[in-house]
Amino acid sequence: MHCLWCHNEIIPEITWRNFLNIFGENIVICDSCKQKLTCIVGPACPRCSRSSKNELLCGDCKQWSTHPTFAGVLSKNVSVFSYSPFMKEIMNKWKYRGDYVLVNLFKAGVQKRFKEDFGKLNPTLVPIPLSATRQQERGFNQAEAIAQLLDLPIDDALTRVTNEKQAKKSRQQRLQSNNPFQLKNEVQGPILVIDDLYTTGATLHWAAYLLKRGGATTIDSFTLIRS
Amino acid sequence: MNIPQNNPLHQYAFSCQSKLLLKQEIPFSEDEIQDLMKRNYLNELPGVEETLTGYLCNRCGNRKSHLFGRIPRERKQAVYCRKCIEMGRVSTFEPLYKWRGPRLETPFVVDPCKWQGKLTPFQQRAADQINSAMACRAPLLVWAVCGAGKTEMLFKGLTAAFERGDRVCIASPRADVVRELAPRFKQVFPEVSISALYGGSEDKGKESQFTISTTHQLLRYEQAFDVMIIDEVDAFPYYTDRSLSFAANRARKTTSSLIYLTATPRKWLIWRAKLNLIPTVFVPARYHGHPLPVPQFVSSYRLKKSLAKNQLPQIIISWIDEKVTQNRRFLLFVPSIEMGRKIANLTNIECVDASDEDRVEKVEKYRNNKMNALITTTILERGVTFPSIDVAVIDVGHQVFDEAALVQIAGRAGRNAADPYGDVVFFHQGKTEQMIRARRSIEMMNSLARRDQDALSLVP
Repeated sequence: MHCLWCHNEIIPEITWRNFLNIFGENIVICDSCKQKLTCIVGPACPRCSRSSKNELLCGDCKQWSTHPTFAGVLSKNVSVFSYSPFMKEIMNKWKYRGDYVLVNLFKAGVQKRFKEDFGKLNPTLVPIPLSATRQQERGFNQAEAIAQLLDLPIDDALTRVTNEKQAKKSRQQRLQSNNPFQLKNEVQGPILVIDDLYTTGATLHWAAYLLKRGGATTIDSFTLIRS
Repeated sequence: MNIPQNNPLHQYAFSCQSKLLLKQEIPFSEDEIQDLMKRNYLNELPGVEETLTGYLCNRCGNRKSHLFGRIPRERKQAVYCRKCIEMGRVSTFEPLYKWRGPRLETPFVVDPCKWQGKLTPFQQRAADQINSAMACRAPLLVWAVCGAGKTEMLFKGLTAAFERGDRVCIASPRADVVRELAPRFKQVFPEVSISALYGGSEDKGKESQFTISTTHQLLRYEQAFDVMIIDEVDAFPYYTDRSLSFAANRARKTTSSLIYLTATPRKWLIWRAKLNLIPTVFVPARYHGHPLPVPQFVSSYRLKKSLAKNQLPQIIISWIDEKVTQNRRFLLFVPSIEMGRKIANLTNIECVDASDEDRVEKVEKYRNNKMNALITTTILERGVTFPSIDVAVIDVGHQVFDEAALVQIAGRAGRNAADPYGDVVFFHQGKTEQMIRARRSIEMMNSLARRDQDALSLVP
């Protein structure tokens, strides 16, 4: 077995406890790379997972919860990792170079965090869509890839109408832009919106806004990274 | 065939010939590409192929199953190569494109060489052999010591090659070397079109008669060069990564000259030379004729303990102090980035390593005499010339310092004719095989040079 990230060989330790199921368990990442994946632990904003010293609502979330259009549409966001330089490197190779299998690096962390926060909810997953051209370019949708790590029904209820890259825009531009999505079909029950990054939260709030009008009871979001 | 400039084919051939490109690397519209394919000027080649023994990447030659990934694609799965993914993804569904139409001719450049210098008898002998190897499309190993003036020895052969209209490539495993060589060649051959290729260079996609490239960038070429020169064949990662020699081999034409340049060939190359499988020319003396500086071994057994206490061993401090008082410039080689940073903190000397963002600027500052000292990892061990410096290696016993690395490091000193005797010190914690072999190899070169000098001086 080789580490998915550094390609070094992994030699798993075989003990009396695991010698029978060693072949069932799939190790994809070596210990030194695993340590560099920065899970969000400790005190964080309860609404958006941003690390903070206390458990209080952060400034951005205060604004979102009093916003005229977006107040109350998105209950909370949970993110698995924080945005370290190492994470940035992985995202670069995964998303922009298109090294699809790297999604397995996140599998264990994503599944664990999901179980902790949404284990009892049994939601329908709605991945944030890419525009048709970008999907064509990249060959896959990163949000969908994350959603597939969780063994739950996926509903592609949204489509993207505009083609602009969020990453190229400033904070102000993001917050002022128009709704980039359209609702394809009605939804019901609890919805979990899946995306790779939560930066300002603008994308996710637009998605939640549409899904709320489309019949969802509660909407949370689950993102890989809180930057 | 020569295609006039105003023919649209000229533009197509200019961008595509002798290359393996991804669709997004071809600078034309979808319609144009389809049209060229219909006329059979552009062929598709599967990016990744399934063979009897597993998958094969047609760009980098990768066959290792753990370096292939699967990506879902329209209810099926595509297999893609993870080894060369930094250059864009190739997969069973993402083909490579190859130009099959008429090829552009390279121009014949009359008297391209503007170099006025004179070669030493040693260099002259090598230059003649290089020239004839290039003309006969033969292989050659040029085994020349550090500071022998390898670049100058190439000028004669290159001049003849450009006059013949050959396409020439110099490939090096190191981007620093490419960055250093390109301006030198541009100065010497001002009328020849030259492009320098490395990750992030601006010349990518430019079609030139003379290409100076990192070996990685050669993965995009096929059947392109009449003369392929590989500088520093023994440098990392060329000798460990088989896809690079695969790329270098594919990038040259079937009948082409392959020239290896090195100061410290690895075992397999030495054996091939000894068995006469590859003709070899030997340049044992430096261009200024003075012997190579022989490293001194100085023991500093307390290095680890001292560093743990945030101190440098006294013997290293006094070496540095001596250089500072004599106003000598020096390089301090360390085995690891952590040790480099630690010593940089203790001594207030700047430190560079591969992960340093200001790496290029710092080296440039040192080169321009803005700094008198620099701590470095092995990134500066080869291919760089600073006129008159002294060199010390700390913790030579470390495994990154093998024989080749140490010979190269010692070869950084005394490269200036006005100041040919540099000081080379290895601070060790017990002599190792590698350092002894390095010193022996330097001494062997020096004695060979003395012997040959006598022989060559007899020749009028």
